[in-house]
Amino acid sequence: MRIALFATCIVDAMYPRVALATVRVLERLGHEVVFPPGQGCCSQMHVNSGYLADALPVVRNHVKAFTAADYDVAVAPSGSCVASLGHQQPMVARAGGDEELAAAAEAVAGNTYELSQLLTDVLGVTDAAAQLGSWFPHTVTYHPSCHGMRLLRLGDRQKDLVASVAGVELVELPDAEECCGFGGTFSFKNPDVSAAMAEEKIGNIEATGAELCTGGDASCLMHLGGAMARRGTGVGTVHFAEILASTRRNPLEVSGPVELSIPRRPARPSSSVPTQTAGGPR
Amino acid sequence: MSRTALGMPAVRPVHGHGRLHTAVPFPEAAEAELGNTQMRANIRHATHTIRGKRARVVEELPDWEELRSAGSAIKEQVMAHLPELLEQFEANVTARGGTVHWARDAEEANRIITGLVQATGSTDVIKIKSMATQEIALDDHLEAHGITATETDLAELIVQLGHDRPSHILVPAIHKNRHEIRDIFLEQMPETDESLTAEPRDLAEAARKHLREKFLSTSVAISGANFGVAETGTLTVVESEGNGRMCLTLPETLITVMGIEKIVPTFEDLEVFLQLLPRSSTGERMNPYTSMWTGVTPGDGPQDVHVVLLDNGRSAVLSDPKGRSALHCIRCSACLNVCPVYEQAGGHAYGSTYPGPIGAILSPQLTGITSEQNASLPYASSLCGACYDVCPVKINIPEILVHLRDEDVRTQHGERSDDGAAAAPARTRRTPKAPSQMDLLMKGASFVMSSGRRMALAEKGLPLGRVVAGKDRAISWLPGVVGGWTDERDIPAPPRESFRNWWAGHAGETDQRLAADGAAGPADVPHDRPGDAQPVDAPHDRPEEDR
Repeated sequence: MRIALFATCIVDAMYPRVALATVRVLERLGHEVVFPPGQGCCSQMHVNSGYLADALPVVRNHVKAFTAADYDVAVAPSGSCVASLGHQQPMVARAGGDEELAAAAEAVAGNTYELSQLLTDVLGVTDAAAQLGSWFPHTVTYHPSCHGMRLLRLGDRQKDLVASVAGVELVELPDAEECCGFGGTFSFKNPDVSAAMAEEKIGNIEATGAELCTGGDASCLMHLGGAMARRGTGVGTVHFAEILASTRRNPLEVSGPVELSIPRRPARPSSSVPTQTAGGPR
Repeated sequence: MSRTALGMPAVRPVHGHGRLHTAVPFPEAAEAELGNTQMRANIRHATHTIRGKRARVVEELPDWEELRSAGSAIKEQVMAHLPELLEQFEANVTARGGTVHWARDAEEANRIITGLVQATGSTDVIKIKSMATQEIALDDHLEAHGITATETDLAELIVQLGHDRPSHILVPAIHKNRHEIRDIFLEQMPETDESLTAEPRDLAEAARKHLREKFLSTSVAISGANFGVAETGTLTVVESEGNGRMCLTLPETLITVMGIEKIVPTFEDLEVFLQLLPRSSTGERMNPYTSMWTGVTPGDGPQDVHVVLLDNGRSAVLSDPKGRSALHCIRCSACLNVCPVYEQAGGHAYGSTYPGPIGAILSPQLTGITSEQNASLPYASSLCGACYDVCPVKINIPEILVHLRDEDVRTQHGERSDDGAAAAPARTRRTPKAPSQMDLLMKGASFVMSSGRRMALAEKGLPLGRVVAGKDRAISWLPGVVGGWTDERDIPAPPRESFRNWWAGHAGETDQRLAADGAAGPADVPHDRPGDAQPVDAPHDRPEEDR
């Protein structure tokens, strides 16, 4: 299949390694990945902040970029961005009086999958170790991001995929369904409440004893990773695509409690696994 | 310009007054509340307990989703035919010997109710289950006219005796623990024995003695109503303690204050709501007391029965097709009990009679987005959506929050006339402002994010962020509107290169990537792709350097 990658703005600019992990996983399944060059952002930041008028050109651009491209299905490693395509873009178009754009947005959204949705529902991946060769010998806990859980109804797709990776020890996160407090510009507008929510989540993450917290949204992970780094918890965050992409030959490097999202010290090669650097930025 | 009528209706939506305005913007109020660790612990414990109970009793109903849909559909029908249903309700109450009064706003309602109490000659009233009277600050108005109101719901009584304000729809004293309640009782109920313990049973008994005296000596009661049935004129109150039933049956005069949105068309509709409400609010299959009364029954119960139908901004909410479903609310508080923002900030941070997620959409709609303070409420949410999931009548709270944020932004920019301006206290009224930092940020982001070319160009500046981040690769201070972020969190230094720019030179290296990963060998990988090739040279941009 020809799969169009919607990297999302935050992954594109801040976490290119998550986009690359997505590519590696899909290529390993024998698919061709293309990157529609016109893509920008899903418009979620503008919509959620109330700037519907400023969201309109962003929506128009996304719809144009993905209507023009030639592919079978599109994928994004972010539940909230995919939810935004389906729930917000048609709304923005209609608020701007553009029915044609709304219909086109619905068509694009209808063919865009969140990564775990695509892997599970379309590509039939149920065992990452067997089908993707995924190997990640670490204890991780999983935080389901709100929009994937409640708007896309992803259920346990992401968690089940992680659990099927060889070497992973998955520990349950207490009160997992509670929001981490990111909420886009919510964390700027209500920084104190947002921090209190993060505090609660971090307490639960620490209680699991996991080395790493994984999830499906780079933005939530950035928020949690940043707050954990500030507190010096020693627990890192990692996108589930990176866990799936990790293999014995080319493992995601974790040496002790390494902060993957916010590296504070140079990574040292783990003694047990050979260092592999091929595959570009992670 | 000519003022000649052009056939347009002259009625403009009238916004509400009373305890609907927050005194300080939510972020500031919340910051203050966050410091109250005892309150946060009390709230956390209470909401988690109710949340668990609710989940268990909802789980056991096989048709819960159908019930929600039915509740939502009935409410939509009500909103579409509200004027007719209210008139039908009035006709039926009147036919059964009751009197209906119409109150446009808080002042009018207070005037009507006070007049009705004065007409009885009583200077004492007992009250039960009325958020509407909290909304219009009736107790203060009565007190100013020499009438003492006693709340008889246990939690409301605690709040009243503590000279406090409710902070939760269902559990108004949720922010108090039993030790604090004991102190309030000892101080405010003179007949209470010094040996009172903080055991819930003892506390309830002390309140019971205090209230029994009031029930037997007071001839006027004021109640709220959970539902008003149009086809019969029946009013309903559901409660747990039985104190409501005392108020509804013992006095000679009963005045019920009901928001106009509480109407249901038929008696049969109660079947749906009397299932949805207790399960969503207290986590019970059925509430212990359900009282229903229709007008006057000669020789039984109150012989002088009044209903005050309160608008106070509800018509204004109804006039907005995108926000009107906030009026579907049956005040169950399920949204409060799952809201992570409410859990941290508590009910007083919302500054209104209606706290939590529903309050964040209802209060600013009732008053209009007229003041800086109330305009902060729609932002008091991370849009996590938990409130929508539990709402028994399917109010899409996150969507309405976004709609109100849009209204707020347009009001700030002077793109939207604000009909409610008169309702806001003069000192807080808003005037269009010069572009804010947020405006400029959004404009700039919109320009960059609406073009792949501009994104690619902007991302060339990423190494600059690496310079700002310095050696430890984390940004720990940012200026302006985003400064709140770095007070609590680090921001990772951006990578050397964005994915987009890196991919431009590496898209075709599929084989090298597969080889490097050891291409685990799924059967469908074409044979011309090496399954177990030697690792290739690393790309020029080595990940180590990016760490």
